[in-house]
Amino acid sequence: MIVYILCFILFLVGLYGLITRRNLIKIVISLSIMEFSIFILLVLIGYIDGGIAPIVSEKIVNPTYVDPLPQAMVLTAIVIGLATTAMLMAIAIRLYRKYGTFDIREIKNLKG
Amino acid sequence: MELTLSILLGFMIIGAIFALHAKDLLSAVIAAGIVGYSLVICFLLLKAPDLAIVQIVVETITLIIMVAVVLDSTRQELSVKIDRQQIINISLAVIFMLVLVFFFIQAINTLNPFGEHSLRMASAYVGETASKTGSANLVTGVLFDFRGYDTLGEATILFTAAIGVLTILRIKGKK
Repeated sequence: MIVYILCFILFLVGLYGLITRRNLIKIVISLSIMEFSIFILLVLIGYIDGGIAPIVSEKIVNPTYVDPLPQAMVLTAIVIGLATTAMLMAIAIRLYRKYGTFDIREIKNLKG
Repeated sequence: MELTLSILLGFMIIGAIFALHAKDLLSAVIAAGIVGYSLVICFLLLKAPDLAIVQIVVETITLIIMVAVVLDSTRQELSVKIDRQQIINISLAVIFMLVLVFFFIQAINTLNPFGEHSLRMASAYVGETASKTGSANLVTGVLFDFRGYDTLGEATILFTAAIGVLTILRIKGKK
């Protein structure tokens, strides 16, 4: 049970950074930290004690596999996370070139 | 097993906290890399080799993008002094966190304890993947066969993001 709680603490650290930081780069980092905590939580839920990796082999008799469904979904989510991070970084560098700062309070129309 | 994972997660939390408080943006980005690469080790321990491979590739690409952005702009962290807005933000964050803790406590009671997951939906997949799809790897069987439309949507999102990044970086902004 302690691992679930630690995952949740990691999520809270990301959330705290997302709300309180003013630097765009740090906001993007906080978002990816939140993403990572959700990935690890989903894979933890699908883990079975004594299970083996979900790859079928003739040699193992009567195997117990860990749940392949959360792993497949997290695989999709990881790739989408890369796409969103790249997009956010592109927007951040555009904003820096226009305003000369990463501070979201100095950037007009993006107050927070 | 649970102890090893707890130590790794503790490292991840320390790395995350350092990333949020670093004075240099480059060290913040590298500290975010600690979190990503510890995640790879966690995936390997949790018997998810496909995820570990994908995560190590994705984390490397993300780090390269972030380091490129930081080197191309500025490494200085903003000098933040505590003002009224900052206090409002911090108290908002604490309120959000307390609300989430409340829901988390309710959600954790419905979960099975760690390591005692029972296959419900996936039991059909586990039994039939090898014969139905011909794939020895259950994860790729689920991803590309049973849930092929999800993967199609994922490819669409990747394509859209690539087009978006190209568009954002190409246009000339108004001064």
